[in-house]
Amino acid sequence: MSEFLEMGGYAAFVWPTWAASVLALAGLVAHALIERRQAREALRRLERDEA
Amino acid sequence: MLSYFSNPQRFDQLARALIPVLGFLSVLLLAVGVWLALFGSPPDYQQGETIRIMYVHVPAAYMAMALYAALAVASFVYFVWRHALADTAAEIIAPIGAVFTVLALFTGSLWGKPMWGTWWEWDARMTSVLVLLLVYFGYMALRAALEDAQQAARTGAVLAMAGIVNLVIVKFSVDWWSSLHQPASIIRLDGPTIHASQLWPLLIMILAYTCFAGWLVLYRLRSQAIRRRVRTLQRQREQAARAREEAVS
Repeated sequence: MSEFLEMGGYAAFVWPTWAASVLALAGLVAHALIERRQAREALRRLERDEA
Repeated sequence: MLSYFSNPQRFDQLARALIPVLGFLSVLLLAVGVWLALFGSPPDYQQGETIRIMYVHVPAAYMAMALYAALAVASFVYFVWRHALADTAAEIIAPIGAVFTVLALFTGSLWGKPMWGTWWEWDARMTSVLVLLLVYFGYMALRAALEDAQQAARTGAVLAMAGIVNLVIVKFSVDWWSSLHQPASIIRLDGPTIHASQLWPLLIMILAYTCFAGWLVLYRLRSQAIRRRVRTLQRQREQAARAREEAVS
């Protein structure tokens, strides 16, 4: 396991690239989900006022 | 087909059907791709374990370019047929493309240091990708700066189409100029030059990123449709309220 984490001595280069990739994809997903929820809430508020 | 799905309702039906499929494929391909990239593939005989950077660097760089191509196509469709959906798509694609471009530059830098001995070099490939990022930023800044929505959409479309020139330069930069960066090794006339044990994880990761970007763009397009409905409702309310006031006075 520790051998795997060492990445043949290149851990300082390999893991930051993977961390950045995970962060970027997770960030894009989070932003999309928040955007959707806010849009839905705004619509629900308007429809509630109507009633 | 394009005109068939340009109907907003039909497009919404199509998007509703595609979103779960693309979401599922993204998760599945990412799981398989990550496992193969980290555990199921051998270290490179020259680059050792740094080859594992390739499995996230190349897909990010590929998406940076593919999304720019998509941005230019959407801009073209908007520019010629004035289709609002194409413009919204362009608006959504640009920041996602910019994120992947930053990711490509960052992961490339972290790969360049141990393999080339430098974080950055002003050579054709790296410089043209940096220009790609600046074009993305320029596009977003232009849209944000122009207050009139239609003017922003049209001017943005022109900029996005002009930026295609740079995309071509990115693609062929490794052939036209001498570069630290290696030339294309997958899409070549004489077939891929990577060994199958590295090609498969890479192709799966590229496919996973493509499905993910497709999912993201469609998902966000539907969110934008909801927001558009909110704006329309608000405008109707305001008009109704104004009409009532006028009737009273």
